[in-house]
Amino acid sequence: MINLAGRDILHGWGKFVFTGVGLGLLIGVTLSMAGIYRGLVDDGQALLGIGGADLWVVQRDTLGPYAEPSNVRDDAYRALLGVRGVAEAGNVTYLTMQVQHQGGDVRVMLVGFEPGHPGEPGNLVAGRPITRSHYEAIADERTGFRLDERIRIRRHEYTVVGLTRRTVSSGGDPMLFVPLQDAQEVQFLKDNDALVNERARTAANPAFNRPGVPGLLEAVQASQASSRTVNVVMLRLAPYTDETVVAREIRRWKHLEAYTRADMEEILIAKLIATSAKQIFMFLVILSVVSAAIVAFIIYTMTLNKVREIAVLKLIGARNRTIAGMILQQGLGLGAIGFIVGKTAATLWAPIFPKYVLLLPGDAVLGAALVMAICALASIVAIRAALRIDPAAAIGG
Amino acid sequence: MNLRLGRKATLIAVGLGGAALLGWLVMSQGPLAPTKVTVATVEQGPLVASTFGIGTVEARRSYALGPTLASRVARVLVDQGDVVKAGQLVAELDPVDLEERVASGRLAAERAGSTIRAAEAQLAETQSRAQVAVSAARRSADLRAQGFVSQEATDTKGHEANAAKAAVDASAAQLAAAQRDRDRALADVAGVGKLRAQARLVSPVDGVVSARLVEPGTTVVAGQAVLQVIDPASLWIKARIDQGQAGGVRVGQPAEIVLRSDPKRVYSGKVERVDWVSDAVTEERIVNVGFAERPAAVPVGELVEVTIRTADLANVRSVPTAAVKRVDRQDGVWQVSAGRVAFRPAKLGITTLDGRSQIVDGLDVGDAVVVHSERALQTEGKVTVVPAIVRAAP
Repeated sequence: MINLAGRDILHGWGKFVFTGVGLGLLIGVTLSMAGIYRGLVDDGQALLGIGGADLWVVQRDTLGPYAEPSNVRDDAYRALLGVRGVAEAGNVTYLTMQVQHQGGDVRVMLVGFEPGHPGEPGNLVAGRPITRSHYEAIADERTGFRLDERIRIRRHEYTVVGLTRRTVSSGGDPMLFVPLQDAQEVQFLKDNDALVNERARTAANPAFNRPGVPGLLEAVQASQASSRTVNVVMLRLAPYTDETVVAREIRRWKHLEAYTRADMEEILIAKLIATSAKQIFMFLVILSVVSAAIVAFIIYTMTLNKVREIAVLKLIGARNRTIAGMILQQGLGLGAIGFIVGKTAATLWAPIFPKYVLLLPGDAVLGAALVMAICALASIVAIRAALRIDPAAAIGG
Repeated sequence: MNLRLGRKATLIAVGLGGAALLGWLVMSQGPLAPTKVTVATVEQGPLVASTFGIGTVEARRSYALGPTLASRVARVLVDQGDVVKAGQLVAELDPVDLEERVASGRLAAERAGSTIRAAEAQLAETQSRAQVAVSAARRSADLRAQGFVSQEATDTKGHEANAAKAAVDASAAQLAAAQRDRDRALADVAGVGKLRAQARLVSPVDGVVSARLVEPGTTVVAGQAVLQVIDPASLWIKARIDQGQAGGVRVGQPAEIVLRSDPKRVYSGKVERVDWVSDAVTEERIVNVGFAERPAAVPVGELVEVTIRTADLANVRSVPTAAVKRVDRQDGVWQVSAGRVAFRPAKLGITTLDGRSQIVDGLDVGDAVVVHSERALQTEGKVTVVPAIVRAAP
């Protein structure tokens, strides 16, 4: 028995393949959109994975440090280390800022961490960890900084000693890791003009600059020029410790807020990126519907273009099953070409996107199943139309 | 028939090709792809452990010169950077009435001198009067013995002699009092003179004026500094070293000093003091480092970077620090075998500033360890070894 579908395709294969490629690019866009959505969620999860923390301790009644500002005294970790079950603690600060680089500026999230404590970036793709307690930095690849490059942050120059990958804030800004004390200084210290102005302002205040009390002004100015806060204390727990128990203990007795990884995911995904994720998800749904509709129209019109041929087939006594099989096979073939082209295209252009695009195999399988289902569905509509064709159309038409 | 078979074969080949392309893409590009890693081997060689800190240039000996009394500054004779000698007058405070008080004291002393002279004259007079009275009384007593004068007359003469002697005593006492008066007045003069001397600020050492803090006309309180003088030979660095890295720092260790104003040049130095008291708030230890040769002009307060060599290890095993990971509170490294990774615990020693970690135990020379990886490694995870994950800078 001859394969009608194959013969028909080979008869006009150019048209068929180009239709498939066009369809494939559309599917590629849809898959990419799904990848962008997944990437957004994954960025949030990657953010939680960077420091290797089990618990995040932040200012009371805040959803810090990612979703809300949070300030904790930097000696709070000492009290936290005393809580049963806590093995390691590390102070971490976050500050989103612009860093000058090669004439332009790069938007980065400046992360201050203590080397050797939770909050340190775990994996480098190049270079080495920070070994000096000042003026060294580890940068995410996406910042564009290179190893051994000197970058200027506020008033000091830092040497980039290591590079990381996929260390981005929930907003997608690449991270720049520096030692905690440098980060605290950056967070607090204004530019020099602001400092001088601030000093003059304090000196002009008679309460701080009294003639009979030498040294008072200097003391006040010194007290203004120090920052002793961090944004979060990351805790690593001893093995087999129930994190919810420790979190409850900290909430109750240390008067700070403590979030477990599950809480953090909830905050990040349900609160912080919820709107943008929903936005993209909505777009994904619409794109899928539109793609499905276009696939259906293409298969339908493809069938209707062959009215005369089908009528001839009917006239020579082809069975309905043969005709239906031909249309269905063509539809599925189109779907398969489209999916392969789409998946390839999406995979190839994913790394070019400025933000992370995560193409999950599960999504691809689901996409393939959906494409095939839509093609089958569209074929059925087309088959119904084909079966209604009058064989007389072959001669009369 | 052949033609048909050929077409069928083409179709199948195209289909297989498509599936293979898809399979390759899924396995090599997406999340299922093996993690790219780079490896390095354990090396044997010398390691230098150092610790790094930042600090400021300070003068070990700095003298704040100020008055002991609240007063107004009259003159400031030197400015920042001036070289001064020990004992040189550097500033003067307004003495207000101190000069007049000295003059008044002198006058009082002179007046006391006059009183002394008057008392001496009076004493001479009473002494002479007493001599006359005593000889008159003696004569009267002789005459009475021969019966020429009455007993009454003799008694009168005796009384006059006694009274004259008492008058001598009184005059002597007055003279002594007058002398005390003069001494007191002189002591007053000396005291006020010392106060006057305090109003002159002199440098206690040979040094350089590092700060001129107030200008003439300013009123300063007791103890407030007018000028600051430092001994430039005593310049050293007050470096703050993170407590976590300060463990190996000892007095006498060599150090390298880089000034912020001259970052290209490295000065050599030596640890001179390690503070006994650590800063509990900043969690830093204060370490003082002296210059081996003092830079020509170094502003006090300038930021410096200090690198202290804390240990020299001649022949030890080491790996890049980026290879060292912590899994389940245990230090170790990842190793690749047959395309999969496994964690191997190792005991670590020192870490150098250029990023090498000493292996004390657990690994042998030549063992390959994973240095960089695209993402966090999992036990038994698939990896491919590549020369570099990030393309090197052009």
